[in-house]
Amino acid sequence: MLKYLFAKNEDIPAGSSAIYFGFSSIVWFVIGTGLGSFNAAKLAFPDAFVGGGEFFSFGHMRQVHVHAVIFGWISMAFAMAMMYITPVLGNTKLWSEKLGVWNCTLWNVGLSLGLTVLWAGMTSGREYSDFPWFIDLYLAVAVFIPLAVNVWMTILTRRTQGIYTTNWFFAAATFMVIIVFIVGNLPEFFHLTGLTEAYLTWWFAHNVLGLWITPVAAAIAYYTIPKVTGNPLYSHRIGHLHFWSVVVFYSTPAAHHLMSSPLPEWLKSFASVEGVLILVPAIAFVSNILLTMQGKWNMFVENLEVRFTVTGCLLAIPLNMQGGFQQTRAINWYVHGTGWIVAHAHLALLGFSTFLEGAAVYLGLQTLMKRKLYSLTLGNVHFWMLLIGFSIYWISMTIAGLIQGAGKIYEVPYIDVVIAEHPYMIARWLGGTMVFISNIVWLYNMWMTAREGTVVPAGRMPHEMAYER
Amino acid sequence: MSVNFREYKIGARMFGLALGGSMLITLLLPSFDIAASVSTDVALDKQLSAGWDSGWQLGDPLLKGHNKPVKVLVKNDPLTGVALAQAETVYVYPAGTSLPNGVTHSDNLGAGVKDLSLEKGKIKDAKKESGAVFLINHGAFNGNNLPYVENATATKGWTPDAVMAKADDANVSHVGSGKTMFVREGCWWCHTLLPEQTQDWQAFGTPPMLGDFNGESPTAFGSDRKAPDLLHVGSRNSSKEWMMLHFFNPRLVQPHSIMPRFDYLWGEVDANGKKIDFDKWRAEYNEYHEGKRVAAPEVPMYAKDSEIRGLIDFVLSLK
Ligand code: HEC
Ligand code: HEM
Ligand code: HEM
Repeated sequence: MLKYLFAKNEDIPAGSSAIYFGFSSIVWFVIGTGLGSFNAAKLAFPDAFVGGGEFFSFGHMRQVHVHAVIFGWISMAFAMAMMYITPVLGNTKLWSEKLGVWNCTLWNVGLSLGLTVLWAGMTSGREYSDFPWFIDLYLAVAVFIPLAVNVWMTILTRRTQGIYTTNWFFAAATFMVIIVFIVGNLPEFFHLTGLTEAYLTWWFAHNVLGLWITPVAAAIAYYTIPKVTGNPLYSHRIGHLHFWSVVVFYSTPAAHHLMSSPLPEWLKSFASVEGVLILVPAIAFVSNILLTMQGKWNMFVENLEVRFTVTGCLLAIPLNMQGGFQQTRAINWYVHGTGWIVAHAHLALLGFSTFLEGAAVYLGLQTLMKRKLYSLTLGNVHFWMLLIGFSIYWISMTIAGLIQGAGKIYEVPYIDVVIAEHPYMIARWLGGTMVFISNIVWLYNMWMTAREGTVVPAGRMPHEMAYER
Repeated sequence: MSVNFREYKIGARMFGLALGGSMLITLLLPSFDIAASVSTDVALDKQLSAGWDSGWQLGDPLLKGHNKPVKVLVKNDPLTGVALAQAETVYVYPAGTSLPNGVTHSDNLGAGVKDLSLEKGKIKDAKKESGAVFLINHGAFNGNNLPYVENATATKGWTPDAVMAKADDANVSHVGSGKTMFVREGCWWCHTLLPEQTQDWQAFGTPPMLGDFNGESPTAFGSDRKAPDLLHVGSRNSSKEWMMLHFFNPRLVQPHSIMPRFDYLWGEVDANGKKIDFDKWRAEYNEYHEGKRVAAPEVPMYAKDSEIRGLIDFVLSLK
């Protein structure tokens, strides 16, 4: 890939940047979940694994995990999907493959640098915007702006008349993530302090989830399901409802992350109401995708990409139900700050969103490399280990969270809560480690697909061909 | 380029309206409320003892706790040596140390506190190049008794050098560099600094108020709590010895703790300049853990300039 950095744009084969992004994202997925599993081990066995130095301390490693999975795996898988899907839907080529290849290279370099810096403890001390401001600025300028330019120019130079749902979302989200990055990091750029800093920290975190991860993940499903099943999208109107309600409702409830802080009361109440309204885009999305499946439910069993996408959609149901009620004042005090929220965060990012992105990376890499998946068996192993590992994670952390909540009411000495949570910490570690191992299997499977997968004849799609192994 | 659809033009405008409206409500409107908050004593103490910033900054790129003030308990007037009627807590910013937010951006202090600090406290006279000594004083403003920042270098002639020359090391507390350690070591991934307004463990103490954060950066509230809230930990437990054992290896005092050990913050040598043999310590600790030794190995006393000193000073300052 690196040889294309200095090639002429015309000489770069179509799809190169998408393939580059695809493999990068899987590698970050392996690294990120490996770090997650390491962190989980530290919480279960604090004196094991400690090499003595500060570098393997939980406080140094936790944010490295979170940023590796969010900005490595999830966001790069998004970029992969954009490089691949946006041109296809516009019946055109990617505006600039060269920009794409550079984008991916600068992304890998910047992220590696950023994670190293975090690992060394150089942090802004703000959750989710932990990167010091020079890394934030780099990410905005060298990562998100070039990505947005490529997506926007591809859409503007499309050869279709209308723009399909997926591309509205891509265009809007690439724009919004830049705004979120710049506004959310204002406290670091201009040294804003106090509650302003605290609130903008969560404004950033909330909107990265709501205006970047959630809409892009959904947009991918709007492509994958109709494409692979051959059914047209159930309803474009519901797609409209989804789009507009994301922009209007999801951009507003940032304060629900700070319900127990001394922010203005009206803001917390407002956030709490808007948060329930996020159920509108959530229900619109899930129903639209599931109704598109009509008559093709056999593919849920037979086809890997469909299975991944539909599983992700189904996981969005408990996710959003949980979200909607956990942020009301009546409930939030009970679960805030407990393992329950960690479980919710993984249901969102490891459940809902990862399954949707996984499908896009599977589909995109096979299509662009024109090779059928090397092994369905390994694909199935990946799927089930991911799902079971995640479920163990989610169940154990949810229980741990409920224990902590109960501890608050009954005022037990805190250490008793720590003791009671111990078995669930071990279970979470085991579940998470399954996820990590399954990703190594996936990386191997994709690598073998690139090398030995059966060639897909011109004019055919990979999903039309039978699996061979 | 085919964007000439009327639908897309309308759509783009609606989009701008929606996102702009959302930012108006969630950013601009709350900013008025937050800007109206008036610093409390707590806020002044926090920002004066933590200094300009406790996260990544150009003045301390590796988060070593540099570019920080120290908090000193002054019992005798540093100029005359005469005993003060009441000991004063002062915040010493040696020459070159970045000044705190309230001093550089006095609007941050909030109405009243700002006016008092400017007029009576003479904070505008403080200069980074020459350093300054601050303290918290109280005065009347429109009938209210408010705290304000006083630049003792300007009002009393107490320079950083004069204060430090007379200060007994036992009365010097490195709270500022300790806060940096707190951020760098990720204590806030397990501990919160925000007892909740609704039901919470009573032991954690009262939740903070609106004006308690002015000038603090980062606030490091923490969102995941795997351990007790620390906002008032100094009032529950003020034992330096306990803290020392607990940080070296929490399982020395709390066998079931999942807190990591922070022995590496001791640095290379102990208080007597002797090299600390961590490998030996750990081997002995493991034997103790397995029941092969009756007592745990001794925890070395930390050196005066070690990172752990700052951290313990910070934790004990959380009253
Ligand atoms: C992996 C999570 C974790 C991290 C990281 C962590 N702690 Fe703890 N800490 C705990 C747990 C659990 C307890 C309660 C059990 C105990 O006393 O050890 C605790 C207890 C404490 C206590 C005693 C609280 C009380 O109520 O008496 C203090 C003080 C403390 N930690 C300070 C720190 C500081 C400072 C740091 C950062 C250098 C830190 N902790 C990092 C988990 C953690
Ligand atoms: C109706 C929809 C949703 C609502 C109302 C909601 C609400 C919330 C609330 C209130 C919290 C904070 C809880 C607390 O700390 O007390 C939270 C945390 C979180 N949510 Fe959601 N959520 C929803 C859906 C989602 C989705 C779709 C995603 C991501 C794709 C997501 C990702 C997260 C993450 C990662 C956290 C953890 C933040 C942290 O580190 O504390 N949520 N959610
Ligand atoms: C793509 C997959 C994953 C994503 C996107 C992801 C994302 C996240 C996020 C957003 C958080 C912060 C949660 C919060 O603050 O509420 C987090 C924390 C964490 N994750 Fe993951 N994660 C993934 C996989 C894993 C795996 C496989 C493990 C292995 C066990 C793991 C272990 C952890 C641990 C231990 C924490 C710290 C939780 C805490 O502080 O209590 N994660 N992860």
